[in-house]
Amino acid sequence: MTSYALYGALEQGFAYGLMVIGVYLTFRILDFPDLTVDGSLPLGAAVSAVAITAGYSPVLSIFMATCAGFLAGVVTGILNTKFKILHLLASILTMIALYSINLRIMGRPNMTLLGKDTVVDWFMNTTQIVPYISTPILFGVICVIAVVVLIWFMHTELGLAFLATGNNKQMITSQGVNTDTVIICGVGLSNALVATSGALVAQNQGAADVNMGVGTIIAGLASVIIGETVFGDKTISRALIAALLGSILYRVAIALALGLKLGSFSITPSDLNLITALLVIFALVMPQVKKKLIARRA
Amino acid sequence: MISIKGLSKAFHKGDVNEVIALDNVNLEVKDGDFITIIGSNGAGKSTFLNALAGSYPLDAGRVVLDNVDITKWPEYKRAALIGRVFQDPLLGTCAGASIEQNLAMALKRGKKRGLSLGVRGKDREFFKEKLSVLKLGIEDRLKTQTGLLSGGQRQALTMLMATLVRPHLLLLDEHTAALDPKTGGMILDLTAEIVESQNLTALMVTHNMNQAISMGNRLIMFHRGEIVLDIAGEEKKNLKVEDLLRRFSELRGEEGVSDRMLLC
Repeated sequence: MTSYALYGALEQGFAYGLMVIGVYLTFRILDFPDLTVDGSLPLGAAVSAVAITAGYSPVLSIFMATCAGFLAGVVTGILNTKFKILHLLASILTMIALYSINLRIMGRPNMTLLGKDTVVDWFMNTTQIVPYISTPILFGVICVIAVVVLIWFMHTELGLAFLATGNNKQMITSQGVNTDTVIICGVGLSNALVATSGALVAQNQGAADVNMGVGTIIAGLASVIIGETVFGDKTISRALIAALLGSILYRVAIALALGLKLGSFSITPSDLNLITALLVIFALVMPQVKKKLIARRA
Repeated sequence: MISIKGLSKAFHKGDVNEVIALDNVNLEVKDGDFITIIGSNGAGKSTFLNALAGSYPLDAGRVVLDNVDITKWPEYKRAALIGRVFQDPLLGTCAGASIEQNLAMALKRGKKRGLSLGVRGKDREFFKEKLSVLKLGIEDRLKTQTGLLSGGQRQALTMLMATLVRPHLLLLDEHTAALDPKTGGMILDLTAEIVESQNLTALMVTHNMNQAISMGNRLIMFHRGEIVLDIAGEEKKNLKVEDLLRRFSELRGEEGVSDRMLLC
C-alpha cells in the first residue's frame, strides 16, 4: 500500500467518520437499527450541492445539510414512536421517500460542483498544504470535535437519559423520561451527523449523486463493529473513539483489498459489497473464536 | 392521599379472550398507609398497580393523587409522583450505566433534564452515604457497571432509586418474588426501613401470606378484578395465615372448583 493510498483511506475514513458515529448512536446506544442513513447521506450531499450552486457559502451549506438530516431522522422517529411502525420498517419508509425527495432537491440524478468553492478548497488555500494531506486533516479535525462533543453530551443528564432509553425503556420511563421524545431526537441527531458526512463527501468528491447512499448502513455497521472488535467498547467514550477509528480501518481494509492482485485476478470496486459483507462476518465471528481459544487454553 | 374511583380495565376487549382485569375498583388510601395486596394469579393485583403507574389507559375510573387528578397523565409524567420497584430485578436499573449514573438519573426523577453534568462531584458523597445503608459494600464501587451486580444487589439499588427523591406513592410489585429467600428477606427489611423512615405511602403486592400480614398497616385481597377483603389496624395485627387461607378457599368454593376437586 502506497502512502498516497493511505492518505486516501484516511480522507475517506474521516469523511465518512460522522456517518459511522451516527450509525453507532442509533445502532448501539439507542438499539434502533436505522436504515434512514442510506437516504440521509445523499440528502446531505444534495442539500449541500444545491446550496453551493445557489451561491451560499460551503460552510453554511453543511449546516443546512445537518438540519435536513435531523428532520429526516425525526420523521423516522415519529413513524416509530407515534405511529407504532416497527423501527426497521419506519426507517426503510423514510429512506425510500428520501430517494424521491433527493431527486426533487437536485432536480436531476447528480450534480457536479466543478469550479465551485468547497470547504476542501478553502482549507487547502488557507493552510497552503497539498490537498492529499490537507483534506484528511480538515475532516479529521471535524470528526475529533464531534467525538469530543458527543463524549461530553453522553455524560450530561440528557445523555444519560439517552443511554438508558436504549438500554432499559421501563427503567427510564419510571424515572420520568418520555422515551418517545428521546428516540425522535436521538434518531434525528444520528441522521444530522450522517447528512453532515454526506455534505463533506460531496464537497470532497466534487459531486452529489442520488445513488451515493446505497450501502451506507452496511459500511457504517462494518466500521462500528471493526472499531469495537479492535479497540474495545468498555465505556461510551472508548466506544465513540473506536467507532471513528473503525471508520478509518474499514477504508484502509478496502484500499488494501483493492490493491490485491493474485496473478491475473484483481479485485474491482464492484466487489466492494462482497468484501464489506465478509469484513462484517469476520468481525462478528472473531470474538467467538477468541473466546473458544481462551477456553481451550485454560 | 390517594382516591381511586371506579377503576375498570379489560384486556382483549370485544374478543373471545376478553379478560376483565379490574372491575369497578374503589380504594381510599390515607397518607402513610402501607398496604399489602394479595390475591390468586390473575386476580388483578399487578394490573391494579400498573394502572396506577399509568402503564396503559383505563377503560373507566379516576385516580386522584394528593389532590391532583392523574387519570390522563402518561406513565413518564406520573413517575414524578410515583416510585416503582418491579418483580424483575433487572427492570429497575440501567445495566449499561454505572451505579452512580443510575443514582444520578433517579435523583432527577420527574425533574427537567438539561446539559449539566449527569453525575456531580457533590452528589457522590450523598450516593455513598445512601448506598452504605444497604450494607452490600457497593458504596465503594460507584463507577462499576450496574450490569455486573447480582439480582439482589440490583433490586436493592432499585429500591434506593425509587425512593431517592421521596415519592408521593411507592408501588412494589412482588419485588422479592424473583430473589432467593435470604436476599428477598434483606430487600424486605430494607423496604420496611425506608417506608418507615420516610413515612411513605406504599402499595405492595405479594404472594407470601406471612409478608402480607407482617408488613404494613392494611391488607387488601383481590379476586376477579375486585377488592374482596380490606383489613386494617388491630384486626390486621391479629390476622393469621389460616384466616387468609380460609378466605381463599371460600372464594374458590364460590367458583365451584377447589384444588381437591381438581386433584380427584
